[in-house]
Amino acid sequence: MLQRCEACGAFAYPAREACPACLSGSLAFVDAPRRGALLAETTARVPSDVYFRERAPWRIGLVKLDCGPTMVAHLHADCVEGAPVVMSFQLDKSGQAVAFARPEGETPNMADDRQWREMTADPKFRRVLVTNGRSLIGQEAVAALKAAGAKTVFVGVAEPWRPFAGEQWLRGQQGVEVVTLDASDEKSVTDLAADIGGKVDILVNTTEYVRAGGVLDRRGTSVARDEIDQAYLGFINLAQAFGPAMRMRGADGVNSSAAWVNILSVHALANWPAFGAYSASQAACLSLSHCLRAELRPGGVKVLNLFTGPVDNEWFQTVPPPKVAPRAVAQAVVSGLRGGLEEMYVGDVAEEIRQRLAANPKALERELDK
Amino acid sequence: MKNSLRTPYDGIVMAAPVTIPYARYSIESAQWWIGRALSALVARAGIKASDIDGLCVSSFTMGTDSGIGLTQHFGLCVRWLDTVPLGGASAIAALRKAARAVQAHDADIVACVAGDTNHVDSFRLTLENFSRFNQDAVYPYGAGGANASFALIARNYMRTYGVTREDVGRIAVAQRANALRNPHALMKTPLTLEQYLAARPISDPIHLFDCVMPCAGAEAFLVMRDETAASLGLPAARLLSTIERHNAFADDPMQVRGGWAMDVDELYAMAGVTPDDLDIVQTYDDYPVITMMQFEDLGFCNKGEGAAFVRQHDLTVDGDFPHNTSGGQLSAGQAGAAGAYLGLVEGLRQVLGEAGPTQVKDAKLGLASGFGMINYDRGLASGAVIFAGPAR
Repeated sequence: MLQRCEACGAFAYPAREACPACLSGSLAFVDAPRRGALLAETTARVPSDVYFRERAPWRIGLVKLDCGPTMVAHLHADCVEGAPVVMSFQLDKSGQAVAFARPEGETPNMADDRQWREMTADPKFRRVLVTNGRSLIGQEAVAALKAAGAKTVFVGVAEPWRPFAGEQWLRGQQGVEVVTLDASDEKSVTDLAADIGGKVDILVNTTEYVRAGGVLDRRGTSVARDEIDQAYLGFINLAQAFGPAMRMRGADGVNSSAAWVNILSVHALANWPAFGAYSASQAACLSLSHCLRAELRPGGVKVLNLFTGPVDNEWFQTVPPPKVAPRAVAQAVVSGLRGGLEEMYVGDVAEEIRQRLAANPKALERELDK
Repeated sequence: MKNSLRTPYDGIVMAAPVTIPYARYSIESAQWWIGRALSALVARAGIKASDIDGLCVSSFTMGTDSGIGLTQHFGLCVRWLDTVPLGGASAIAALRKAARAVQAHDADIVACVAGDTNHVDSFRLTLENFSRFNQDAVYPYGAGGANASFALIARNYMRTYGVTREDVGRIAVAQRANALRNPHALMKTPLTLEQYLAARPISDPIHLFDCVMPCAGAEAFLVMRDETAASLGLPAARLLSTIERHNAFADDPMQVRGGWAMDVDELYAMAGVTPDDLDIVQTYDDYPVITMMQFEDLGFCNKGEGAAFVRQHDLTVDGDFPHNTSGGQLSAGQAGAAGAYLGLVEGLRQVLGEAGPTQVKDAKLGLASGFGMINYDRGLASGAVIFAGPAR
């Protein structure tokens, strides 16, 4: 995304309030062509900023974009002066969007680049905790993370004596460790953190507690209390037990702690009365995630929220398609981590709600009441 | 050479060049350094502080003060006041404004002052808060400190024109030789080309001796009409011409020339001299490669011939092209905005015959240039001035 003048079409960077070509004040952020050429590079060996001093030598360059502006950019190691590069904005460890130049076309082990890994939370080589292995999404997440090169995937199972579908597969996987975890039980979470808390580089919170219904058609608060216990208080339990160690390990070498992932209903953003109380519990989790993001930021640990529409599982049996395949959610977890993102929308329903919320939130509220 | 349409600076002079000796670190404030410079100006000119009726100040580290606060701070009652925040171009810009003010009798004696302190953390704080583009699009890349930004410019310039580190190093080595004559220079040990080449890399191709040392210090001079100087019995240098330019050649993808190249003909035409006539040259040397660029853009040689020019000339005080005779910022130190003044103040001492151990024999005609404000990917401001001593 770069600013483009709505009057003369010129692109501008760094961000400003008036077009340098025609002084128009109408500069909108648009998706800009990503291609450019690396004009010159340097390797900073003694940067004045303490973050970069710790990570020196650090390579940066000046890129002339095909669409006009020049950008100071972090460089992938395979970028060559004079050659084409492809630009993207990445979130650095402080959460700031920074320009990153990669070579045009794939190079071997491209994602393993040291500077690129500072901008991302790639699961490759890292140890991951998936909090709920009983759910389809949890099991698909384990498979996707292993396929993405995660070194170890710990997967939590509550009440492990109770059998569940997929258990055999889960227990038979190389590099997957099934651990006892009930996120809603503070003691269970603390016990596990005491055991593996220092080894969790990425935590994928797959807690799932979906019940239909809103306010008036339910009697009392017991179901709502369960929803809050499982989703919201479970989130707090996990954050309090695992968050501090993750924040401290944000710069712990190549296997540093990197990210916290929440899988949330997109109805956290706009209530869906058919699952109204559940939507509310998700909204609480979303709000809490923003707090957690701010608290993890000093350690350079990212919080990625994945918003999904109804998932193709037993809890949404009565909901007509389109629904999101658990595998698609799991793949989005991996691609979000690889991109170092803070937000992703998975599936058509989630994407539609994102767009309609931006266009007209009141209309969306009314239309969800169907 | 084309004729200048600008009003000549007839009868405008500069006097009382003063330097407050630099310190690597200082526990004093910028205001203290500026106060010392004002005090030295008054003493040097034999005037009272109340005779100063114009003030122009430049500083990075004055905190929330600007020129107006300083009038009360120093008990000055002026009728002309300016604050010039143009970094390395501040001295030229201040002189241009002050000259027109005294020419129009808006003021009679203008004190042009630049001073900065250097606490142990001032430099990093200045970098972090330098400008909005810098905060948004440079600092997050570890490029704070200008080293990495100038490294990109230097690398491109050196590759484009086939310039080697050895070529650039000759400038730094000659300036160190000059600095050894200057008792106030912070760098006090000789520097050979071998040592220059063997220095540790900072941000390729910038190595240690390409960088200035941030320090505390102040520089100042007075601007007045020649009849004022005569009535005070003050030796003074005549202002012959000036140029100033900002954001020049914005379409050059990378900086290989500064704004001087746009205005250089006017600089010499207004002064009625040629580059060959100059006895001393003081360029803005935040990095020696920028000095090489100035040799080209100020007309001493063509673009791309800077390296050859440096190889063919001796840039020391006793050489055939005396340049940055006090050691420049590279060897005397960079006292913040005072770095903009260093060359001009030394140049004034030279043409007034007051330079002492760094004096170039028979220096009568001088040039000083300024360059500043790397806001994003290039230095934006440039300026230059030609001045003559009483002997010319």
